Amino acid sequence: MRQIPARLLLCALLIGCKSKEQSGGGTGGGQGTIVVGEVGSMTGTEATFGVSSDRAIQLASSELNAAGGIRGKQIQIIALDDEGKPEEAATAATRLIASEHVIALLGEVASTRSLFMAPKAQANKVPMVSPSSTNPKVTQVGDYIFRACFIDPFQGYVMAKFVHDNLKLSKAAILKDVRNDYSVGLAQNFTESFVRMGGKVVANESYSNGDVDFKAQLTNIRNAHPEVLYVPGYYTDVGLIARQAREAGITAPMAGGDGWDSEKLYEIGGAALEGSYFSNHYSVDDPSPRITEFVARFKKAYGGQLPDSLAAQAYDAAGMLFDAMKRATELTGPAIRDALAQTKGYKGVTGDITMDQNRNASKPAVVLKVGKGGKYEFQGRIAPEDTATGAPEGSPKKTEGNTAPNPAPGNVPTPTPMPELGATSPAAAAANTGQPQGVPSGEHPKK
Amino acid sequence: MTELLQHLVNGVSLGAIYALIALGYTMVYGVLKLINFAHGDVFMLGAMVGWYASARWTNEARDPSIAGALAVTLLAMVVCGTVGFVIERAAYRPLRGSPRINSLITAIGVSFFLEYGGQYLFGPNPRAFGVLPHRANFVGGGISVGYVDLVTIGTSIVLMALLQRIVFHTRMGTAMRAVSWNPSVAALMGVNIDLVISFTFVLGSSLAAVAGILYASKYPSVHPLMGLMPGLKAFVAAVLGGIGNVPGAMLGGLLLGLAEQLVSGYTSSSWRDAVAFSILILILLVKPSGLLGRTDAEKV
Repeated sequence: MRQIPARLLLCALLIGCKSKEQSGGGTGGGQGTIVVGEVGSMTGTEATFGVSSDRAIQLASSELNAAGGIRGKQIQIIALDDEGKPEEAATAATRLIASEHVIALLGEVASTRSLFMAPKAQANKVPMVSPSSTNPKVTQVGDYIFRACFIDPFQGYVMAKFVHDNLKLSKAAILKDVRNDYSVGLAQNFTESFVRMGGKVVANESYSNGDVDFKAQLTNIRNAHPEVLYVPGYYTDVGLIARQAREAGITAPMAGGDGWDSEKLYEIGGAALEGSYFSNHYSVDDPSPRITEFVARFKKAYGGQLPDSLAAQAYDAAGMLFDAMKRATELTGPAIRDALAQTKGYKGVTGDITMDQNRNASKPAVVLKVGKGGKYEFQGRIAPEDTATGAPEGSPKKTEGNTAPNPAPGNVPTPTPMPELGATSPAAAAANTGQPQGVPSGEHPKK
Repeated sequence: MTELLQHLVNGVSLGAIYALIALGYTMVYGVLKLINFAHGDVFMLGAMVGWYASARWTNEARDPSIAGALAVTLLAMVVCGTVGFVIERAAYRPLRGSPRINSLITAIGVSFFLEYGGQYLFGPNPRAFGVLPHRANFVGGGISVGYVDLVTIGTSIVLMALLQRIVFHTRMGTAMRAVSWNPSVAALMGVNIDLVISFTFVLGSSLAAVAGILYASKYPSVHPLMGLMPGLKAFVAAVLGGIGNVPGAMLGGLLLGLAEQLVSGYTSSSWRDAVAFSILILILLVKPSGLLGRTDAEKV
């Protein structure tokens, strides 16, 4: 019953798009334009994810069109809203493929929704690039599914390494969202990496997306006396958890993943979040010239608004796709797929992106600290591990919930010779001065 | 031991809010024999009005005060009371003589109207809510009690005492009980049934507004679908205590809050909602009149 309004909305949207498309002329590979589909959560509890991504994709396509498009053809983006619901993401993907004849798909942000979209793209041989779905399962759906970001094992590893090597803490508690593949994946890989480095997980609690009361779990966590609380969830939940954690008397810093990255995080969590850390794909405070240029262009296009990391990744996802279209022998699904798979050293704003044989991007991650007043302070970069991530032997596997299978040996970011994060910069309150330690003049070494 | 005590404290605080919402369900059921499914959405409206009012007058940026919080709560009560009055007048009164299932379906319709109307009007994004001033927690013997929790429990006790007084010690309360007992006989005795029913809706909806404000202060994320789950839980609480019975709603709310906290604390949070709704099924199977409900022989 509750689905009806959503369906109606989607139909309305589609009718709107349809007329636009007709005026644009031809579908996928026609005369005038190349049609690319986009699926995102423009509304719902994760609305800022979808809106940010959409803005960046629009920016990337308008820049490309201004520069002459691809082989003289203009790019047209058709964006559909899935309201943050997996079923709607699948419906939107089907509509884009069947009625709009898109040549490629961009999206979704969340792994759960990408997993619903991917089978549709794979079955119709339409290449799909997810900007920021980090769960390993997404690209395992098939050889037409790519991503412009690193995978969960890497983020879990990054935070485990940061907590262990930089914060020098060895007792962690975990509070994960069991209804979210992303959260379960990060938690599992954090646990594996952290235990391998010699740390200890003293409490492992869970919640379900949309819960508002976490007191019971936090009481248990407090009694286990952790030195750090790892909460790999999404911003709305994390904001509420942070407040209740402080109310419950937990003073340990919190840590998390890129799901924290939203302006709403601090709005909801407030001062309770200060002093927490999270891993992310990029930082606006990163002084690398590629990033400062991108930030300037984005701000100019959207009235001074700063691009969050989802915007940066969506920009890279679109850029990577356009790059592949330029290199493709012809503008068909299989040809673009082959070109995407050969992406090597693509100079994205979030770093140099190389596709590994499992169609996952290999690139470094950054660690940010939530400072006074919600300002993110850049702490440094952490590169993919030299040895294969995971090292599955002897890793405890008591995580509940059916999570990602252990990454296959080749499913790991290919090692990049990248200087490791050195000592953490204290990142003074004037966050803009935060220097990435150990990264030579803001450029990524590997070609 | 401290762990158990902490879970109990958290449970009472959550239960107090369930109890406040459940009171609205139970009063309307008591008087009209109607389950007002829109009640959870009136609760949402209360929080939403609170958000708008506080964004204007008092919020975290503008140094919230107790006086400001009171003013915001009063405004929310007035708005929700009016909405409750309008809902009864426009949606339920025209159907009063018709079969009960019609009213029930209408109630679900009103609920959807408020939820999706709310999404249209307010937008679907969650907003941060901060009406109450920040205070440190009270910590003693390893147990910490939040300031908001204390305010919640205190407000609930005061409001419930007040309600008990209205129902049992005023003319309007006597009229409400008379209508609940037998509407036609009450009408014959000169009770203005329309007035009593309107009053019940206004009273229940203003309580929902207070619950909305307290809930949003405790869990500061306000959005148009936030009333759905608390509304259902409060319904379970009302049935558990004995629907139509005011002390029963309070008892049901407290028990449900405690059960949820203990389940999440000692097993897994995934079981929490399952337990809440299993309680509903169990009560309906074993003692449909609820813990404190009276069993009347159905006259045929």
